[in-house]
Amino acid sequence: MNIDDKLAKVKYVTDEETHLKVTQEKCKKCKQKVCTYICPANVYEWNEEEQRIIVNYENCLECGACRIVCTEKSIEWQYPKGISGVTYKFG
Amino acid sequence: MEQKNKTQVIVVGAGPAGISAAITIAKAGKEVILIERGIFSGSKNMFGGAIYTQPTKEIFPDFENSAPLERNNIKHNYTILTEDDSTTITYRDNSFHSNSYTVIRSKFDRWMSEEAKKAGVILVTQTVVRELIIENKRIIGVKTELEDYFADIVILADGVNSLLAKQAGLRKDYEPKDIALGIKEVIKIGKDKINERFNIQDDEGCITEFFGYPMLGQLGLGFMYTNKDTITVGLGITLSELIKNKTKPYELLEKLKSHKTISPLIDGGELIEYSAHLIPEGGYKKIPKIYDNGVMIAGDSASLVNNLHWEGTNLAMISGKLAGETAVYAIEKNDFSKKTLSLYKKKLDKSFIMKDLKSYKDLMPIMHKQSSSFLDYYLRKINKFFKMFIETDSISKRNKFHKFIYETLTERNPFELLKDGLHIIKLLWGILK
Repeated sequence: MNIDDKLAKVKYVTDEETHLKVTQEKCKKCKQKVCTYICPANVYEWNEEEQRIIVNYENCLECGACRIVCTEKSIEWQYPKGISGVTYKFG
Repeated sequence: MEQKNKTQVIVVGAGPAGISAAITIAKAGKEVILIERGIFSGSKNMFGGAIYTQPTKEIFPDFENSAPLERNNIKHNYTILTEDDSTTITYRDNSFHSNSYTVIRSKFDRWMSEEAKKAGVILVTQTVVRELIIENKRIIGVKTELEDYFADIVILADGVNSLLAKQAGLRKDYEPKDIALGIKEVIKIGKDKINERFNIQDDEGCITEFFGYPMLGQLGLGFMYTNKDTITVGLGITLSELIKNKTKPYELLEKLKSHKTISPLIDGGELIEYSAHLIPEGGYKKIPKIYDNGVMIAGDSASLVNNLHWEGTNLAMISGKLAGETAVYAIEKNDFSKKTLSLYKKKLDKSFIMKDLKSYKDLMPIMHKQSSSFLDYYLRKINKFFKMFIETDSISKRNKFHKFIYETLTERNPFELLKDGLHIIKLLWGILK
């Protein structure tokens, strides 16, 4: 089963504004790009053509792993607004 | 000065730690506001799967009669996996004693918060505390998205990421080696099939811990829990391992699920939820400063997790309770200085929480150093032993035993063997002395 099928089972309320902000200049210089493989919800994708990180914040499970592993301190991580983000039915 | 929105205690985070703190304070007749960012308590929470009976009773003496529980875990499997075999040890308790129950956090945490409300706690949900209000080096309140709240004491139970503890200067940034990522799937199988596949009855549960594959040589473990009609299967792995091996966590989980020892247990099941959460695994040496002027931290926010024993919610509940007791003492004394709140640290030190974490203080450093031996070589060796032991191939047993012993002594550098032995002794000494 791929990650999109897994994420399709998660209940979200999506905010129109992102709660995850990256500094593209830092991401561009970053060699490791750990966020692109460590995130359990595949939030971060590197777009080679546009040379930028795409942030699929609407998939975020709010675990916080990206913030800890980011070598460039590029991710400004905060919790989504009170009514938005993930709502686990089981957890 | 009379402040608007002023109460005696604010607790941030309505998980096991925050609810236990708030309920302890409310039961002592003091004012307490409990602030939760989720739509309801538990809506942002996720864990492996079980809460512990005795510690839960300390907060909710009658919970077994009223809380939404899944199964009483009478069976505990420890399974060593390599690519193509496994060895399992099972402990089964048939005495009707209950050590732990599987629960669904969105139901159980919500139930706990309802109990807290009955005790007089004011619960505010859907509210994110963005920062602490600090005045003259003392925490005097919290800023939420909408308004500010003030209190004599703020208890932080805002979970592993606790940005607030960082803002308060109580802890530094985490390092990837001190934090594990937990991911899991809840798979619907049906009650009857679960009973059959795990050889248990309706309300009986089975916990399985997986060592080794697909994380051989890495600081990661798999787990499986039985709920009423669903199974939880997941894993926890240290972030530094994922970085080192450039692994996607959900790909590891797919590998775990497809192992022949596990796949028949979840066969035909339907995935109904996927979730992720961090686990603080730095242990005793990484516990932050847990109190300061006007503030205390409890539960995951304070890194109170005993990972070897899969304990976290119990440490959260009891630390929350102790922080609550300390808050009550401070209110009665009308002194919220760090000197008064140091009682919290004294209480924690006297409890099993700090004693256990101190006992295991060398565990994680040793595991990081010796992961290729304890989490790969010896695990494989155990499975190899059983493979050799059962093999019927017309070779004499003595020859086989000799070969096994010879290999054990030669395939690994004797210095490595000695080092492993010394580490084991150090660990055991730390625990038993």
